[in-house]
Amino acid sequence: MNGRAGMSIERWTPLSVAAMGAVAVLAAALALGPLFLGAYAVDRLTTLFIYVLLASMWNALAGYGGLVSVGQQAFFGLGAYAAIRLSSFGVPVYAALVLGGMLAGAAAYAVSGFALRLRGGEFAIGMWVLAELFHLLVNLDRLIQGETGTSLIALNAFAPGNRRDYNYWLALASMAGLLALMFTLLRGRLGSSVQAIRDSEEAAASLGVRVLAAKRIVYVIAGAGCGLAGTLYLATSISFQPATYFGVQWTAYMIFMVLVGGLGTFEGPIIGAIVFFIIENLFGASGIWYLVGLGATAVVFALYLPRGLWGTVEEKFGIRLLPVGYRVAQRP
Amino acid sequence: MIWLNQIIQGVLLGGYYALIACGLSFMFGVMRIINLAHGDLAVLAAFLVWAIVDRSGMSPFLALAIVLPVMGALGWLLQRAMLERSLRAGVLVPLLTTFGLGIVIQNLLFEQFGADTRSLAPAIGDLAFDSWSIGSQIYVGHLAGLIFMVAVALLGGLQLLLARTPLGRAIRATAEDPDTAELVGIDARSVYAAAAAIAVMTVAIAGTFLGMRAAFAPYAGPAQLIFAFEAVVIGGLGSMWGTLLGGIVLGVAQNLGAQIAPNGFLIAGHTVFLVVLGGRLLRQRMRRAS
Repeated sequence: MNGRAGMSIERWTPLSVAAMGAVAVLAAALALGPLFLGAYAVDRLTTLFIYVLLASMWNALAGYGGLVSVGQQAFFGLGAYAAIRLSSFGVPVYAALVLGGMLAGAAAYAVSGFALRLRGGEFAIGMWVLAELFHLLVNLDRLIQGETGTSLIALNAFAPGNRRDYNYWLALASMAGLLALMFTLLRGRLGSSVQAIRDSEEAAASLGVRVLAAKRIVYVIAGAGCGLAGTLYLATSISFQPATYFGVQWTAYMIFMVLVGGLGTFEGPIIGAIVFFIIENLFGASGIWYLVGLGATAVVFALYLPRGLWGTVEEKFGIRLLPVGYRVAQRP
Repeated sequence: MIWLNQIIQGVLLGGYYALIACGLSFMFGVMRIINLAHGDLAVLAAFLVWAIVDRSGMSPFLALAIVLPVMGALGWLLQRAMLERSLRAGVLVPLLTTFGLGIVIQNLLFEQFGADTRSLAPAIGDLAFDSWSIGSQIYVGHLAGLIFMVAVALLGGLQLLLARTPLGRAIRATAEDPDTAELVGIDARSVYAAAAAIAVMTVAIAGTFLGMRAAFAPYAGPAQLIFAFEAVVIGGLGSMWGTLLGGIVLGVAQNLGAQIAPNGFLIAGHTVFLVVLGGRLLRQRMRRAS
């Protein structure tokens, strides 16, 4: 670089190269999981993958795009509903699950022209209203039987053991695929664009960033990702009650995971999801106090540790495991 | 006649929405914060009033007089302990912290009061069901009329406060630009805290009337927030009389929707909100294009 002597701009450090290698090994090991893990572990890991997927999608919106949505359950529920509908039309059930997620992404595209023109709090509650409206409209479908709900009966064609393994692989593939997609996009032009928009929409536009187009890409991917999470959750629980799937608690979980892990860092939501997963397994049974604790923790993190666990570590030790940005390094 | 009745009832319902919305609108106007715990604070106030009435048997209006300063203090504390710091951290952080606060309030209420729905209606006697009749088929409930009048009085009062009083001037100056307001000797922190206290007191009034006109439960807050927000946005953010109009449009749309189909109440309300908002965005775009 021809800048100041002794400085260079770097993206990959030896540590992050090693981390990428570790991620590849871990992904391969997880892919073989069902061959050596017990039924319970496979089930729990499937849930963890869904959480990681949800957290990463919400982080892509808020942490990179500056879009705080309290209505991502709109796509979570819509994905699950679409899978049930497709399956009722005779689409093979696992194809219906994947397509359901894609259709949620298509719905995100359809409403993006409207939603993305809303700012800040308007966008936040506007998304919530959309989620409520989708919920009410889905209830109108006779197949769903109102709040009683229905089940994805076609899954019964598979033996429980096989179903468990297929769900696991589908969840792993969805999570890994969407994380890889976000990683690639955030490292490229889109990453710079959306972060510029997050910091100042006007300034970004004045530099020639196509604001709406950049936001739309992130929004649609997040919609599809949350939709897939919804269909995966449907695959593990089989039953579909609209109030559960369109509940705002999904957004509460996403916010918790991202704030605890680290808003606006790539690794943060993954760590946040693991933390949430552990807390849920330990305290989930304690009911109400567990939920009070989740809300309070989110507030405390937002106020006192805004960069979350991972962001704080990153700042303190200057490490990047999965680099999406650049940094200035002292040349040896 | 049925339709006329639905419209009249919708206008009255709009009074309630304006009442619940005015604190949200006020807070947004002054601090640029959309408080996602707004509905939960209203439900909290309703529970506080209910608890006092339940233990002492006093009138809910008297209980409200006790709860009002408590909620005001809570609003002041909320601003000092949470919102102030959130605002400094960026525009998105207040959304996250108030959302978290909402979850905490809902679940603490559930912990304390359980899942049962409560109502203040039994405690207000005849007021809950008495009505004036207009012609032979239209009845206007005394309570609905009272709520509408309280909403108008409260909105008018807030408008007067902002326009005529020293505190109102300080609030307007701080809302415009806190740093410049400090230069002319206004303590922006205190002004914000006072505004938050006022906003939360209006929420307490709205919550009490929520409890009188319907049943409520610990998780009823988010629905109230959404109605309040819809009323505010339909009427135009930050405008007091716009909020009343927005509430009326929302209430009328919901009642007409309910007349068309059983689940049309909520669908029509949300649809009107989205159409108004969409129309406004479209107009902005066309104005920019021309």
